[in-house]
Amino acid sequence: MSKDHIGQSHRRENALRHLAGRGRFTTDLSLPRMLHAAFVRSPMAKGRIVEVDVTDAAAAPGVVRVFTAQTLNHVCEPWVGTLDHFAGMQSGPQNMLADGQVLWAGHPVVMILAHSRAEAEDACELVMLDIEDEDAIVDGDAAQMENAPLASDGIDSNMCFQTVLETPDLDAAFARAAHVVEGDFTFGRHTAVTLEPRAVIADYDPSTGQLTVHHGTQTPYQFQDVYARHFGLNESKVRVIAPDIGGSFGMKLHVYHEEMATVAASLLLGRPVRFVADRLESFVSDIHARDHRVSARMAVDADGTILAMDVDDMTQIGAFSTYPRTSAAEGNQVIRLMGAPYKMPDYRGRLSVVFQNKVQTSQYRAVGHPIACAVTEALVDRAAQLLDMDPFDIRARNLLADDDYPHVSATGYQFEKLSHQASLEKLHDMMGYGALRKEQARLREQGIHRGIGIAPFVEITNPGAAFYGVGGARISAQDGAVVRLTPSGDVHCAISVTEQGQGTETIIAQVVADQLGVTPERVKVTTGDTDTTPSGGATWACRGAGIGGETALRAGRKLQAQILALAGAILQADPAKLTLANGAVVDAATGDERISLAEIGRIATYRPDTLPDGCNSSLTAAEHFAPGGYPFDFTNGIQASYVEVDIETGITRLLKHWVVEDCGRIINPLLVDEQIRGGVVQGLGPAFFEECLYDDAGQMTNASLADYLVPMAGEMPDIEIAHVETPTKDTILGAKGVGEAGTAAAGAAAMNAVNDALRPLGAQISQTPMTPLRILTALGHVSAGPKRGY
Amino acid sequence: MKTEITLIVNGEAVRDVIEPRTSLADLLRDRLRLTGTHLGCEMGSCGACLVLLDGTPVHACLVLAVQAAGQRVDTIEGLNESGDIKDLQQNFHARNALQCGFCTNGMIMTAHALLSESTAPTRPEIREALSGNYCRCTGYEAIVDAISATAKQRATNAGAGK
Repeated sequence: MSKDHIGQSHRRENALRHLAGRGRFTTDLSLPRMLHAAFVRSPMAKGRIVEVDVTDAAAAPGVVRVFTAQTLNHVCEPWVGTLDHFAGMQSGPQNMLADGQVLWAGHPVVMILAHSRAEAEDACELVMLDIEDEDAIVDGDAAQMENAPLASDGIDSNMCFQTVLETPDLDAAFARAAHVVEGDFTFGRHTAVTLEPRAVIADYDPSTGQLTVHHGTQTPYQFQDVYARHFGLNESKVRVIAPDIGGSFGMKLHVYHEEMATVAASLLLGRPVRFVADRLESFVSDIHARDHRVSARMAVDADGTILAMDVDDMTQIGAFSTYPRTSAAEGNQVIRLMGAPYKMPDYRGRLSVVFQNKVQTSQYRAVGHPIACAVTEALVDRAAQLLDMDPFDIRARNLLADDDYPHVSATGYQFEKLSHQASLEKLHDMMGYGALRKEQARLREQGIHRGIGIAPFVEITNPGAAFYGVGGARISAQDGAVVRLTPSGDVHCAISVTEQGQGTETIIAQVVADQLGVTPERVKVTTGDTDTTPSGGATWACRGAGIGGETALRAGRKLQAQILALAGAILQADPAKLTLANGAVVDAATGDERISLAEIGRIATYRPDTLPDGCNSSLTAAEHFAPGGYPFDFTNGIQASYVEVDIETGITRLLKHWVVEDCGRIINPLLVDEQIRGGVVQGLGPAFFEECLYDDAGQMTNASLADYLVPMAGEMPDIEIAHVETPTKDTILGAKGVGEAGTAAAGAAAMNAVNDALRPLGAQISQTPMTPLRILTALGHVSAGPKRGY
Repeated sequence: MKTEITLIVNGEAVRDVIEPRTSLADLLRDRLRLTGTHLGCEMGSCGACLVLLDGTPVHACLVLAVQAAGQRVDTIEGLNESGDIKDLQQNFHARNALQCGFCTNGMIMTAHALLSESTAPTRPEIREALSGNYCRCTGYEAIVDAISATAKQRATNAGAGK
């Protein structure tokens, strides 16, 4: 494989626009006759709607139209967030505006359209909402009590989904174990807080029946399908354009009531309608993430060999499962990723996905990974402590051996080839483990409490249809690319994977460039428009590089063959003896230039009459690629965290973080490292700061960016990164994903580090975020409050 | 009831008639279509809307347009065209100190202000200066690196000029 540009740290051309203030975000767009939407939302977590009076609002200055469930919902087929392969799963049907019942604080009830957002918001104040308060289901354990009220209509219990995975010898493994370590863990609810809020502009043209939706999403094709089906339009009449997107991380690929309502309003009014969530409504309508209570135990032999894990995960998802990916995928991955890095032969995992009257939870960066990793690694550390083993030694004993592949995990995952042992060794060297331990011991004598935590992980990337397609969801497992040589010999690639700043367009240009013997600067890549790119799954679950890259590679090779065939005809040469390099067709043996790509483009475009009869002058190649072979390409890595806990204040200082990661073939080292760094910080945020706090009535009490704490520059550590490269043999390119890796294990490493710091004091923490108050509580310096949410 | 205001935006005199409640950010973005100034929280927490008001960084979401009347406002578009931030832009690009680009305007404004006051900021000082700028994508390290590199280059160039 040509590696002239694959493997190089090319800079992102699209970053230059942002640096010049020339981004093109959905929020920047303004269309003629555009109306602005605002929503009146439920002030309470659950209630019956008695009366909605919009008379005054409709007469307010600037207001063009007011919609309620009765006037809007009829244009949209309701959606149900279940998948067939989650047996027995249930969720009530959803529609745009609350009809009869409100089911969380923030549930949209009335939509107001006005000439400006300010006027729409003014009119919201004039809506008279009479809602009869009902007992809300706030807590997932309470939701499972007999006679608990149901979180919504259309369900027969508050259990959305339950499943159990179990190996036959699980009980025997625990019976013969020398030791059993266990723990109860609580992982708080947090949310994406993308800096650009959710944004959509729907533009329906009644004269042609064309709907164009400018939508800040990572999955334009999925939304083209959703809008076509739920609004009864032909797919060809629906165009979704995802321009620059100010962060997504999974949050912007779910169907939301407000986006659907915006499309509906444009269909009914025949003019553009814009909805941009403000930060306050982002907190009560963007999906939340995690929210797990996990009880787990681990059986170990006298020598520290891990025999089995037994895990019970209860996760709380709001009143509905999200659509079209459901709210069960997170928990499903939690129970399947437990113990994934280890030889552990036996396992039982129980999952309960429970409804309650809060904002929906669903897939967010590193779906399920941080929970599985934190529980597993906390128990491994507890076993090590019990056996007086070093954290590195117990992992060296149990990690899958680098020569022991393929391997099937106790939870049924198939691993092609991972590099846990090499990664462990590399981390040990990189962080100077011995010296760090000595420093820790020395400082402890001075009353300074530092801790070191490590956490190996496995990451799911390059998913095929096994994720959603098999469950009946219309979510593409394949991607497509169209590569063409322009008349002047430049290259254009239109591809279905999308860009949110991770560098998709740059790596695609590198891959295509290497197939066609040009520099990436001569490859223009377009993404994010269903009218101008081929259909595909786009960017989620780590598929941009592995699947998108392979798609681009194959399309590029197809065009390469076409160019060489044409060059052969022009040069009267054998195409097999030609190749592409330096922007030209060259002699494969000598490298001598035979004809430039510009000349090929010129002849094919302007002088096809000079070509031999029957010569195909096509300079466009299309290719679609769906992953085959293994259902997923798993990656692996290991992280370490070094922290200092102030035992007087409970404040943790993050001193340093290390990551060793193996994402297979690295297309662009710079972009890979920055994905990892960003991911680590997204894992450290919820480990220490981020939490959606609710009171007993189901009100979110910190729903603003002043109250909800996000990780800022001052609190975050420098992050050192190293790599092992184990390419997948499932593809020519060999690349796997890297987007979730940082987030997957950062919190686990940090929790182990904090507990390492607290260990000499006999304290232990098993809840995230590890706030100062929780650390002081663990230390016994303050008494535990009556509530979980402090 | 609307108010007429005049101000200097990126060196150009601008006159507009606005509602008194219009924020400076809304004036810039919606009226003047200077969309490089971003809105992330509209309460002064995230830093995406920073602009220079008579040379000092302010949150355009917290300043009313009428408060800026008669003053000079510089946005990312203006700084870009003036060349004042060229080295910062180059270092952000080289170090990949941005991903989605939504926070970048604010990061550049903060860095520009920091480097005009401090010629050799330490990494902790840079991190402290960025305490009002939220970035969800990068993890901040690359941004700190880019600002640090710019400071060093400026110091070297200043030394060479002596």
